[in-house]
Amino acid sequence: MSSQTRPKLLWLQSITCNGNTHSFLNHPDLFLILSHFELVHHPVLETAYTMEDLLQKKVSCDVLILEGSFQEEGFLKDGVEVSSLIQYYAGQAKHIITAGTCATFGGIFKQKDPAAISGFCFDLEERTMRYKTYASRLISLPGCPIHPKWLSYVLLMIANKRQIEIDTLHRPVELYGYTVHTGCTRNEYFEWKIDTKNFGLKEGCLFYEQGCQGPYTRGSCNKILWNDTSSKTRVGTPCFGCTEPNYPQESLFSTKTNMGIPAKMPLGIPRRAYLTLTGVVKSFKIKRFTERLLDYDK
Amino acid sequence: MKIAEKKALKRESIIQTALQLFSTNGFHKTTIPDIASKLKMSVGNLYNYFSSKDVLAQEIIKYTSEVLGEKIRVVNMTEGTAEEKIHQIVTIYFTMAKEKPEMIEYFLRVYLSNREVFSDGCEGMVCVSGFITEIMIFFDDAVSSGELRNQDFFSAFGLFMGYLGGMVFLKGEGVLPKEIEKYIDDISLNIYNALKV
Repeated sequence: MSSQTRPKLLWLQSITCNGNTHSFLNHPDLFLILSHFELVHHPVLETAYTMEDLLQKKVSCDVLILEGSFQEEGFLKDGVEVSSLIQYYAGQAKHIITAGTCATFGGIFKQKDPAAISGFCFDLEERTMRYKTYASRLISLPGCPIHPKWLSYVLLMIANKRQIEIDTLHRPVELYGYTVHTGCTRNEYFEWKIDTKNFGLKEGCLFYEQGCQGPYTRGSCNKILWNDTSSKTRVGTPCFGCTEPNYPQESLFSTKTNMGIPAKMPLGIPRRAYLTLTGVVKSFKIKRFTERLLDYDK
Repeated sequence: MKIAEKKALKRESIIQTALQLFSTNGFHKTTIPDIASKLKMSVGNLYNYFSSKDVLAQEIIKYTSEVLGEKIRVVNMTEGTAEEKIHQIVTIYFTMAKEKPEMIEYFLRVYLSNREVFSDGCEGMVCVSGFITEIMIFFDDAVSSGELRNQDFFSAFGLFMGYLGGMVFLKGEGVLPKEIEKYIDDISLNIYNALKV
C-alpha cells in the first residue's frame, strides 16, 4: 500500500508515564501492524514529522491515538497547551483511540488534581463536555497499560475498514465484554470458594483475601494472554482492576470485606444470589483442593 | 385447583405436621406412620411425597430456614438503622418462638441434636442458607454503613444467633421467669452494644 492510500496515524501524548507506548512496543508484530498506516508521529519511534512539526500543526492525521490524562489548561509542551493540540488533531481524525485508562477515564494522573484532570471524553464514567463532539469517532481502550494486542485489534479493524462493536463507554465488546475472571486458571478454586494462602502460589483464588478484582473488571487479560504467555492472576498476583473507570483504588493487595463478605460482588451478580451460593459451596470440603498441584517434596 | 397446586399444598401440610411431631416427640420417637395417621393419609401415599424420614427431616429444616429468612429479608429491605433492625430480627425470632415454637424447637432439638440425619444432603449451611444469607446481608449492610464493627462473620453470627437460640432453649425448658417477648428490648440492646463500632 502506498503512503498516499495508507491512513495517517498520529500518536499523541498528554500527561502520561509512557506505559502504553512501551506496552505496544512489546507487540511481536509491531511493524507489520504499523505497515498498514503512515506513521506521521510517535513518541519513541522514528517518524517523518517531529514534535515541533506537530506543535506547529503541520501534520494531518486519520487515526489519532491519545495517551495520557487530559487537562484543559496548564499542561504545556514548548509553550503550547497540549489540550488545544489534542482537540486540533481530534477534529480532523476519522478515528480517535484513547489508549490507556488515563486517556480514557483519567486514571492515575487524575489523583493529582481530580477537578481539573480527566480522560479525554470521560471523567471516570461521566461524559466530559467534549464527548458530544468526538463520540462518533471514539474508541476507548482502558488499561494500565493497554494490552498490545488490544490496540492491534483496533488498528487492524480500522485498516480493514471493519466496524468495531462498542459498549456505552466506547470500549470494543470483543475485548471488554469479558471480565478478567474469564479464562483465569484459578476458576475452579473460585467456584468452590477456596482462597489462596499466599501470593505466587498456583493453588487457590485471590478474590477472597488478596484483593483480586478480576470478577468485576472488564478486560480479556486471561483470554488474550500477556506476552502470549500469562497474566497477573495466573502467576498469583491479584487483578488491580486497571481497566475500570475508578482505577486506581486503594489497598490493591487485600480484599475489602464486611464481616468476611466481599464488599464488591462479581459483575452483575446479585449479592443475595452470590451469598446463597457461597454458603452452600463452603459447606463442602473437597480433598483435591486442599492439596498442592505439584508436590515438590515428593 | 390444579393437581400440581394440590400436591404442593399437601406437601406443605406434611412438612408442618411432621415439624410439629418431630419438635414435640423427638425425631427418633416419631415414625412415618405417626405422621401419616395424623394427616389421615396412608403411609404409602406419604412416601410418594418424601422417600424417607431423613429426607423429610431435611426438607423441614430447609422450609423453616426459608420462612425465617423471608421475614428477615423484609427487614433487610427497609431503611432502618442497624440498631432498629437488630430489634426487629430479635422480635421476629422470639415471636416465632412463642407463636410457632415448633419452628425454632425443630432447629434446636432436631437439626442440631441429630447431625447424623443431616450429614448427607444438609452439610454445613446447605439447608439453612435461606436464613444465613439474610443474616450475612444484614451484617454486610450494617458494616458498610459504619454502624457495626468489621470482624469475622462467625464471631458476630455466633454472638447474635447463639444468644437468641440460647434464650429460646431456656424458654423451651420452662426456666424463664418472664414471657420471652419481655426480653426483646434488653437482648436487642445487648447485641447492638456488643457489635457496634
